[in-house]
Amino acid sequence: MDDLIVEFITETNESLEELDVDLVNLEKNPNDADLLGKIFRLVHTIKGTCGFLSLPRLEKVAHHAENVLGKFRDGVLDVIPDYVTLIFESIDQIKYIVGEIEETGSEPEGDDAGLIAKLDAAHEGKVLLDDGTYKGDADAPSAAPAEKKTADAPKQERNVAPGDATEDELEAAFANAPGPDGIAPPSDEPPKQERNVAPGDATEDELEAAFANAPGPDGIAPPSDEPPKQERNVAPGDATEDELEAAFANTPGMDGIANPSDTLSAQKKEKPKPAADEKPAVKTKPKTTQTLRVNVDVLEDLMTMVSELVLTRNQLLQILRAQGETEFSAPLQRLGHVVSELQEGVMKTRMQPVGNAWSKLPRIIRDLSIDLDKKIELVMTGNETELDRQVLEMIKDPLTHMVRNSGDHGIEIPAERVAAGKPETGTIRLDAFHEGGHIIIRIADDGKGLSVDKIKEKIFQNGLATQEEIDEMPMQQIHQFIFAAGFSTAAAVTSVSGRGVGMDVVRTNIEKIGGAIELKSEEGKGSTFTIKIPLTLAIVSALVVEAGGERFAIPQLAVRELVMVSEHGDNRVEYIKGSPVFRLRDRLLPLVSLSNLLGLSEEKVLQQKEVIDEIKAKSDVETDVEQTAETTKEAEADSQEIETKSSDTAHSSKNLYLVITEVSGYEFGIIVNRVFDTEEIVVKPVAEMLKGLTLFSGNTILGDGSVIMILDPNGIANATGNIASTEDLNAMQGQDAHTSTSQKKTSLLLFSTGDKTPKAVPLALVARLENIKAADVEYSSGQMTVQYRGALMPLIPFDSSITIEEGEDKPVLVFADKDQSLGIIVEEIVDIMEEHLDIQLSAQTSGLLGSAIINGVATDIVDINHFLRNANHDWFKDHDDTPYMSSTDGGNESDKKRLLLVDDSAFFRNMLTPLLSMAGYDVTSLEAPSEALKMCEDGVIFDVIVSDIEMPDMNGFEFAQEVKRGDGKWANTPMIALSSHATPQDIERGTKVGFTDYVAKFDKDTLLAALSQTLQSN
Amino acid sequence: MADEDEDIHIRSDDFLTINVANQMFGIPVLQVQDVLREQPVTKIPLASPEVAGSLNLRGRIVTAIDVRRCLSMPDRDEGQNSMSVVVEHNEELFSLIIDNVGEVLSLQKTDFEKNPGTLDPAWKDISTGIFQLEKNLLIIMDVSKLLESIKV
Repeated sequence: MDDLIVEFITETNESLEELDVDLVNLEKNPNDADLLGKIFRLVHTIKGTCGFLSLPRLEKVAHHAENVLGKFRDGVLDVIPDYVTLIFESIDQIKYIVGEIEETGSEPEGDDAGLIAKLDAAHEGKVLLDDGTYKGDADAPSAAPAEKKTADAPKQERNVAPGDATEDELEAAFANAPGPDGIAPPSDEPPKQERNVAPGDATEDELEAAFANAPGPDGIAPPSDEPPKQERNVAPGDATEDELEAAFANTPGMDGIANPSDTLSAQKKEKPKPAADEKPAVKTKPKTTQTLRVNVDVLEDLMTMVSELVLTRNQLLQILRAQGETEFSAPLQRLGHVVSELQEGVMKTRMQPVGNAWSKLPRIIRDLSIDLDKKIELVMTGNETELDRQVLEMIKDPLTHMVRNSGDHGIEIPAERVAAGKPETGTIRLDAFHEGGHIIIRIADDGKGLSVDKIKEKIFQNGLATQEEIDEMPMQQIHQFIFAAGFSTAAAVTSVSGRGVGMDVVRTNIEKIGGAIELKSEEGKGSTFTIKIPLTLAIVSALVVEAGGERFAIPQLAVRELVMVSEHGDNRVEYIKGSPVFRLRDRLLPLVSLSNLLGLSEEKVLQQKEVIDEIKAKSDVETDVEQTAETTKEAEADSQEIETKSSDTAHSSKNLYLVITEVSGYEFGIIVNRVFDTEEIVVKPVAEMLKGLTLFSGNTILGDGSVIMILDPNGIANATGNIASTEDLNAMQGQDAHTSTSQKKTSLLLFSTGDKTPKAVPLALVARLENIKAADVEYSSGQMTVQYRGALMPLIPFDSSITIEEGEDKPVLVFADKDQSLGIIVEEIVDIMEEHLDIQLSAQTSGLLGSAIINGVATDIVDINHFLRNANHDWFKDHDDTPYMSSTDGGNESDKKRLLLVDDSAFFRNMLTPLLSMAGYDVTSLEAPSEALKMCEDGVIFDVIVSDIEMPDMNGFEFAQEVKRGDGKWANTPMIALSSHATPQDIERGTKVGFTDYVAKFDKDTLLAALSQTLQSN
Repeated sequence: MADEDEDIHIRSDDFLTINVANQMFGIPVLQVQDVLREQPVTKIPLASPEVAGSLNLRGRIVTAIDVRRCLSMPDRDEGQNSMSVVVEHNEELFSLIIDNVGEVLSLQKTDFEKNPGTLDPAWKDISTGIFQLEKNLLIIMDVSKLLESIKV
């Protein structure tokens, strides 16, 4: 929740700052409808958010202010200067409370009864004076509101909120500071006066004093009273930091002034002292960083452009290298540096601390330790380590699962730990740090480690290796098997990790971003997972190699070392029944020939020079043959950093190079004919029709302007058949990419029941997996039940053939809604698969949605709703509203309802999107109705639209009107309005423009209910 | 087709003629982004035979397609020159490698005919119809279908 508050404060402060400028205009034009609307929207958003964040005091102020503002906005009440003052006061109060929350993390003590009373009076069209009497109508206020406020402020505040000291002090200081400025500059007065007014509050006073006085000497002539005064009006009390800065900036300035009066210089000597003392005190309070919200797309575009720039720079540098010394050298060098810095700068904009990815982990561990009766301590270091947000997104889930695994499988229960001579409390360490251009994240636990015997057993069971092979495998290789598809999950189903993603998915995710995962484990001591990920995905360093006359790039991350081998001599490739191997420091390294792998003929290798010549000749037609040969040689000599002298000689082709590569702890060598430079490359995705080639992860343009394919080390490892388990998965993905790119994969839980056909249910619907012992099953009014988490959970066998015999235990799928749950007994949990759910046969049998091919086998897709409905309990009757998969939803359609969320508040979007996604919707969130209308024009289809009402430019009503126009593509799409300002008039207006429902913004349950109801009636 | 917008009407009937193994094809001129002379192409191992490779067109990576192979025609002789027509399909650029480019023809709808039933099925799939020119026949190529016909 802390994160939410921080975000809320940042957003609110930004809006308040914006408002400051507008408030000045409000004085001049009190009935400016646009401006009033803007203030209203802000207050309204604050109120709505407070409900979520449980900030009752702020909510109360905002609520009462909103009521009044609503009347102003609708023109029911005229904005007289008294009311302007009132608006100012409300905004100030909000600022004050927000400021306090920012500083202390909670709302300040005290109440705002006085202000609220005034607001309520205004709501009824009256003006409540400070002395508690109502202002007569005849007494038309003529004084300028701001002045009135300035003058009244201290007194008013005292009367209104006596307990509210800090604010008063501020106001007092504020009221007095500009005063003297306006009269004459008797420079010793302000400090004195302030001491009188607010003796208790030294810090703020000194600040104010510093501020009030500093501009005096700076201006030389008596300063005009306007600027400081205006600033006061605009931002009273919220700019302490800035003012301090201003004071600092101005103080040295005074030295430069020719004739400061004696009093001034005397003061000057005094002043820096307190200011300097205060500085640390002020610094300790959380600083609102100056931020600017920038659309991620803009950053992405910038990144793309910088990438292109890097490429062009490389190209230029390459040309330069061939040219030798020219007049371009110096400027190009500089260009090179600037581009590097620019690249760094742009990359920084995308960086986020890794702490964002694991902020939820302490909570997960806490719950876990309670659930499992374990004592677990989570130690996290390196929270501030930054990495690309895209990378961050990708590792979030794997991290969560791995930490969960460590807690569940790794850490033992206290008794076991004590017996093993370990401290009762297990520790999970999470470290993140930079290392050589990569980010390393380490997850270590001091638990029981991986059980090698159990893994061996499982390897054998799954037929992944023969018993002989297993016996000969080194420990490291055995450990690797936990990354095999469908390996760990099913074996280790427990209440906690059971519904988790298997380690194979973790590995796949990490490898997708060019990362690698390593595992070290010692039985009885614990396990350590080390994840190595690139800083960014956009620009990577790659080694350019040649095989079969073509050049390829290998990401540097995967390259361990380079070895040159010759046909004869000590360093040579040996063959075991045709398979090349290499002795590397007494280890036998399997090798794979890149040209063989890619189906490039070895013959070509011999002609490699000609091939290069040919390419060169084509690109440079005018060069005659001899010259070409020369320039080529030159260019090569330049770029061959690794190649030895022999490259110039005729037998260069007899030397081979081994690129020693490591993928997930599996080391192998790739035989290439030649190794060129390393180059910074920008990975571009390959064309759609080439996506099936798993050996390539992308392509790029090299410095010399030619296109080069980027090899995927994982793909190569898979192709060599060493990590066969993921090969199928990759092939499957490759295939899917062509047949249906639009469909998303669904995680499915496969289980078996009495009959032979495997059954599957979307994993997202399953809350947990449990093993229930026969002894634990009880009967309550004929219904099988089990005591589960302090409540009775009904148990239903999937079909009549399933029974729990005495002494047996059976897996149970637990479905939960709120605090009610239902268990379905099945025969066996088989696996968890990610598949495109393409239901092909619509089933006649009730309880089944249809059949789909999963993992190559016809599988029944279970209609869980059927079971829930038939549970003979009205518990689940409102479960029909689960939109996730209704039984009518067959065929190829995506099984999630597509929901469009339009809200101008980033905060709400960020909060609602995961919430709605969790509820099973496919959520697209947009900031402005205009963006939504554009999507409408583009023909994007949604099942339901949820829209905010209070939005700038185009409000929700206008948006609905636009959508519901007769010829609009979305004319029939149901719309739900989201607003906390639900007066009967608004609801009526909403219905009139076509909203199906009108829901309070902060009422999650009502929103979800309204959504499912709306979708059902459609 | 309605006649109310004469201009667009005429322009949409402009075709760039290309030659592939002595057969003339037409590509709607609006689909043509660029015409290139022979370019150095980076081969893509393991890709389907129709994919000649990829090339760098002003900083964009373009997939080169050998049209002869798409049409099951014999490969060009060694040393025979080629040209490319760059087209966009599904937001990706493709460079169609052909023998050479002819001219741009403005053709009347009245001369347009559907594919004859006896046309080779493979060709029928990638062609929208045929124009009768004075001397020869112009097969109108459906670029999208041509590209989609490439098996991955």
